[in-house]
Amino acid sequence: MADIETKESAYVVDKLIAEDIDSYLDQHEHKTMLRFITCGSVDDGKSTLIGRLLYDSKMIFEDQLDALANDSKKVGTQGQEIDFALLVDGLAAEREQGITIDVAYRFFNTEKRKFIVADCPGHEQYTRNMVTGASTSDLAVILIDARKGVLVQTRRHSYICKLLGVKNIVLAVNKMDLVDYSQEVFDKILADYREFAESIGIENFTAMPISGYKGDNITTLSENTPWYKAPEYAGVPLIEHLETVEVLTSDDADKPFRMPVQWVNRPNLDFRGFSGQIATGVVKPKDKIRVLPSGKTSTVSKIVTFDGELEEAGAGQSVTICFEDEIDCSRGSVISVADAPPQTADQFESTFVWMADEAMVPGRAYWMKIGTQMVSASVAEPKYEINVNTMEELAAKTLELNSIGVAEMTTDKQIVFEPYTENRQLGGFILIDKMTNATVAAGMINFSLRRSQNVHWQAVDISRKQHADLKNQKPAVLWFTGLSGSGKSTIANLVEKKLHRMNRHTFLLDGDNVRHGLNKDLGFTESDRIENIRRVGEVSKLMTDAGLIVITAFISPFQADRELVRAMLPEGEFLEVFIDTPLKVAEARDVKGLYKKARAGELKNFTGIDSPYEAPRNPEIRVDTTKLSPEEAADLIVDTLLGDV
Amino acid sequence: MKKLTHLERLEAESIQIIREVAAEADKPVMLYSVGKDSAVMLHLARKAFYPSPPPFPLLHVDTTWKFKAMYDLRDKMAEMSGMELLVYNNPEAKEKGINPFDHGSLHTDMWKTEGLKQALDKYGFDAAFGGARRDEEKSRAKERIFSFRTSSHGWDPKNQRPELWNLYNAKKARGESIRVFPISNWTELDVWQYIRLENIPIVPLYFAEKRPTFEWEGGLFMADDPERLEKVLGYMPEITEKSIRFRTLGCFPLTGAVESEASTLTEVIQETLLTTTSERQGRVIDKDAGGAGMEVKKQQGYF
Repeated sequence: MADIETKESAYVVDKLIAEDIDSYLDQHEHKTMLRFITCGSVDDGKSTLIGRLLYDSKMIFEDQLDALANDSKKVGTQGQEIDFALLVDGLAAEREQGITIDVAYRFFNTEKRKFIVADCPGHEQYTRNMVTGASTSDLAVILIDARKGVLVQTRRHSYICKLLGVKNIVLAVNKMDLVDYSQEVFDKILADYREFAESIGIENFTAMPISGYKGDNITTLSENTPWYKAPEYAGVPLIEHLETVEVLTSDDADKPFRMPVQWVNRPNLDFRGFSGQIATGVVKPKDKIRVLPSGKTSTVSKIVTFDGELEEAGAGQSVTICFEDEIDCSRGSVISVADAPPQTADQFESTFVWMADEAMVPGRAYWMKIGTQMVSASVAEPKYEINVNTMEELAAKTLELNSIGVAEMTTDKQIVFEPYTENRQLGGFILIDKMTNATVAAGMINFSLRRSQNVHWQAVDISRKQHADLKNQKPAVLWFTGLSGSGKSTIANLVEKKLHRMNRHTFLLDGDNVRHGLNKDLGFTESDRIENIRRVGEVSKLMTDAGLIVITAFISPFQADRELVRAMLPEGEFLEVFIDTPLKVAEARDVKGLYKKARAGELKNFTGIDSPYEAPRNPEIRVDTTKLSPEEAADLIVDTLLGDV
Repeated sequence: MKKLTHLERLEAESIQIIREVAAEADKPVMLYSVGKDSAVMLHLARKAFYPSPPPFPLLHVDTTWKFKAMYDLRDKMAEMSGMELLVYNNPEAKEKGINPFDHGSLHTDMWKTEGLKQALDKYGFDAAFGGARRDEEKSRAKERIFSFRTSSHGWDPKNQRPELWNLYNAKKARGESIRVFPISNWTELDVWQYIRLENIPIVPLYFAEKRPTFEWEGGLFMADDPERLEKVLGYMPEITEKSIRFRTLGCFPLTGAVESEASTLTEVIQETLLTTTSERQGRVIDKDAGGAGMEVKKQQGYF
């Protein structure tokens, strides 16, 4: 404890707390908030800086400090001294690894502001975390190790901040204590960074020489950097800058009014309000509004809140708005000022940040959530990928984890949007995998494509693979075979229900829907039975071309016929499912009374009685119905099918 | 337009989160523990849907060992908000007479962790609001606002969904559920300030008063139900009157009291600001298993 420099910080311990708590609280009720991210490479000292901010603002309690002192001795990297990074590196696994692997949020207060800090890792493979942190940030602190200067990671972090629209950038040149607080070192880094920043369109940034570890220029100007007071530098400590910087996103209030509708509030027949958080602009009673995408107009009758009706409400507020007319409006609609509505479209060019281990599949349908709209969207092959280190545009067939690229996309219906650079809320979206439900990408709409400009890949013929990709599945035929009464239809039905519940696109072909239509010209002679199976095979093949999982439930007694169908399909798509029920068991069940009729000679060519059944020799799946219940059998089949996909 | 204050921004964000869940979840529920964080969360839910009552019930996973004053406020708040109140007691814990004195951490496991899982399964809730904040504890600082649980209620901290802007992905497979923390970004001070600003009712135990106390295993506790205490401890502890209050409320034998004279809300806030021990220190639960106590508990399904 004694080793650490515990300068009393000027901005936190407020005498008012002890002397006049009411004034203190009144004052603090009127604070504003700043959300910022810190980004830097692994050893740039981010966690140490944040630990320092928390420590200096008295956000660390005594018991936490004691625990910290203990931990510092055990796993710390600062010898006997306090390792601030340990305060911030949360999860057990990463504490052992010594790296921050995820976004962590930290909080501290000063007199003027409440701060929320997103601690973003600088590690190569975690671009996605930085994007996540930047998406909600008003400002970014980009850390540079004074000994190392502008690195590839610095470029990447700056580019991501620019991409996500973080307009306030602080370049914190850290570890100045390790370069003897050299002005030349600082100036060189500043010049290098300025050149790079300009090349990617960052016009303004504020640079400061600091030491998170020693506390220089954090809360007060450091005596070690007297040159920093010269007029060409910002000349303020980090905290003071964070407290006073204008939050540029607050200009959302000056933009036209837009509010995505989250929820329709309808407590009784006399009240119908639309609840949401205002994205941009200001709304007042009597304002003319337009509801998108329908385009219907009305007038605001009142703005309702728990605390009473409002005379006006602006960007960032969560409210409930009522109209004078009963017009169509529901979750996903956007309420806008009547004369300057946002656009609607279904084809876009967007920039994507891929966030999942599984790479993007061009043509596949993903869920797209934009504002409160949830639609199905497919992304074309990327136009290019961006090398985030060099800003080069590279040819790409797909986007992999942590890669950023530009591609065209289409949605299954018109959505209300604005380009991301104009409106974060109506231009930023996430893509969700329909199978795993994981958030796989973040996207930013650049612009919509005119109807005449078809998205390129739509012009080419839709292939078998594209059909399947759109459905997020591998097509297959589950070909059930077995004696009459063996349980084929029962199990096939269960299998289809299970797959359907898992969002698989399926179709069940059985005697009922085939015999009555397609094959109603066929009887039960051997040749008709063969033709029956051949036709079912052809239909199954067409359906797999359309991307479906086809389930057939026919006795299909002959090995040769089943092999014929197998040969029609690509390798691996035909799964023979043998419902293995011994004749005596099937006959004993005799659900439809058919065996009885066959034994009585009333039915001819009945499989198992006077017509042979050729059991499959090597079925992909064998179900022993004397051991498995229909539910268990269906689970086995579904597991085998999906395990294979 | 005037700029929003930090509390106004936090409030608007929380309301947005609560509405998203109501719109996207099939069967949401709000976990209500009767503490001050729950009080703020409930207040925000009432604001989010006004003039409708919040379109989900309150669920209190009860251990039967809460302070009496907590049960009183719970019932009053349910009535005031017009919401259905569900109270769940783990029948197995009840049957075995699990209590904090004899069973240590098993008490929390059975009544709270198991009780919560059972209650969620019993009613089929697919989304549960909780009043946890990121500033409370290290593992919570990295938890998402929408936090996924497997069908066995486990949490996988390595496999969390990225959360961008204010877009929350509430899609899940059958059997999976979400814990949603609408006041994730609030600090303890924010919570107190908001209670003051909005006049939100909280349990009187937060305010100092002369109360019967006893010492047990080095901590100071309130003798809320002396007869029951004697039964469980096997002896009647020495009870002395002291002016005490609580910084955090849980089961009365697990929640340490602090000696204090702060009897009004502003005095409590003042004391909180001047104090140098963190909020959860009074709770025994975080100290298990070293620094990773809460993280392990969460992986097992604790809220």
